[in-house]
Amino acid sequence: MSASVRIPTILRTYTGGQAEVPAEGGTLAEVIESLENNHAGISARVLDDTGKLRRFVNVYVNDDDVRFSDGLATAVPDGASVSIIPAVAGG
Amino acid sequence: MAVQTVAATPDQTDVPAFGPAAALSCRECGTRFPLSPVFACQECFGPLEVAYDLPLGDPEGLRKKIEAGPTSIWRYAPLLPVPADVTDKPNLHPGWTKLVKADNLARELGITGGLHVKDDSGNPTHSFKDRVVAIALEAARTFGLTTLSCSSTGNLAGAVGAAAARAGFRSCVFIPHDLEQGKVVMAAVYGGELVGIEGSYDDVNRFCSELIGDPVGEGWGFVNVNLRPYYGEGSKTLAYEICEQLGWRIPDNLVIPIASGSQLTKIDKGLQELIKLGLVEDKPYKIYGAQAEGCSPVSAAYKAGHDVVRPVKPDTIAKSLAIGNPADGPYVLDITRRTGGAVEDVDDEQIVDAIKLLARTEGIFAETAGGVTVGVLKKLIETGQLDPAAETVVLNTGDGLKTLDAVAPTTGPTAIIRPTLDAFREAGLA
Repeated sequence: MSASVRIPTILRTYTGGQAEVPAEGGTLAEVIESLENNHAGISARVLDDTGKLRRFVNVYVNDDDVRFSDGLATAVPDGASVSIIPAVAGG
Repeated sequence: MAVQTVAATPDQTDVPAFGPAAALSCRECGTRFPLSPVFACQECFGPLEVAYDLPLGDPEGLRKKIEAGPTSIWRYAPLLPVPADVTDKPNLHPGWTKLVKADNLARELGITGGLHVKDDSGNPTHSFKDRVVAIALEAARTFGLTTLSCSSTGNLAGAVGAAAARAGFRSCVFIPHDLEQGKVVMAAVYGGELVGIEGSYDDVNRFCSELIGDPVGEGWGFVNVNLRPYYGEGSKTLAYEICEQLGWRIPDNLVIPIASGSQLTKIDKGLQELIKLGLVEDKPYKIYGAQAEGCSPVSAAYKAGHDVVRPVKPDTIAKSLAIGNPADGPYVLDITRRTGGAVEDVDDEQIVDAIKLLARTEGIFAETAGGVTVGVLKKLIETGQLDPAAETVVLNTGDGLKTLDAVAPTTGPTAIIRPTLDAFREAGLA
């Protein structure tokens, strides 16, 4: 299954400046693995040493914050939009 | 890794554009970046904050310089990321608000060690947000940004609109569509663009974070997104003022509202700087965080002993604190635990009661966030978490006129009578 991933500015050095890239996978974990295969180094920026989402990263599958669903196990439907966003905004 | 940023524009007058600020530093991993309009660490996504070369070594000279300065936050310009000539530039000159000795409220709450209310409703747009926006505005000016923007729960939108109007910037601010009328009107009246987003504050914040990464957002200074490292520093001035107004002394306890948690963390940073500079005695202090029960992710994490904050969907009348995914939540937990304070929450009824309590005892009409801090202060004493024999400062960060809806249902005329003395007597008012 294919998803479109929106890349934040600070990760675009890994995507050749592209703000949106395609990725494959039925779960968020698989989508991140697919991103890593195509853009080496990007998963270490999003995941910590234990393989969990870093605490200052927000990820949305379509409009839903994955922390309200199943985290990395969150299902990514075919054609979904995945957004990776720094969490340190607002207030 | 190369840092793709916009470098600070060299200042034509040779006044350092960012005063004593030396760099941006990641609060998580310590990686340093040039002063630029970025807010998240390229290595770990951690928040960036301003690192300084502070003017150490002459505390007496610094104290005299501050005391001779303007009656605004700019008296602390030597400690802020702004140029020394900041007062010459068009801005709202916020700060130096009243520190009210609250003996009546202290008596009511059983506090014997002294109580003050830091009343930030006295700022130009009637909330503490003028402080943070003033710093962000200077950064926007230096970076050559032309549109001032923000995601806001209401107070910030007004502060950005007003600051942009004074400084000659375009403004375009984003709010949840269902805010209190007082805040919507106040945000719109300054003539900038005001956009209501169909969603919660966290939805607004997400939208703004995406906008800043899009070509559409080029030239935009989102005060609490890409200018957030500078913006946050404005809250340090609350710490500076409280201590100076107490006679260069740190109080034993501070009760501070939590929305994103930025204000609380920066007040702690300000206190630590004053100690380092030798402007105050190095003594223990306790920082307490206050949330509304209907949006209490940090309080819940504190009580559960967690180090991380699980986001919630807010449902509270305290809309200025209704951030379900607080960016600085983990640091609030660190600070309250390090200092021996706590994080507590109160429900909507307790918030309204506390607004009325503060108004009745001290003549201060607080917005809902002030009801949260005063309500939490009361609860902290009742539950034995705060020592009533210690000196306490509680913050009121906004004006009650902006949140009339919160108290209107239970507040109104004592009686409506005919204009006769008999009617006055009959109503039992004589």
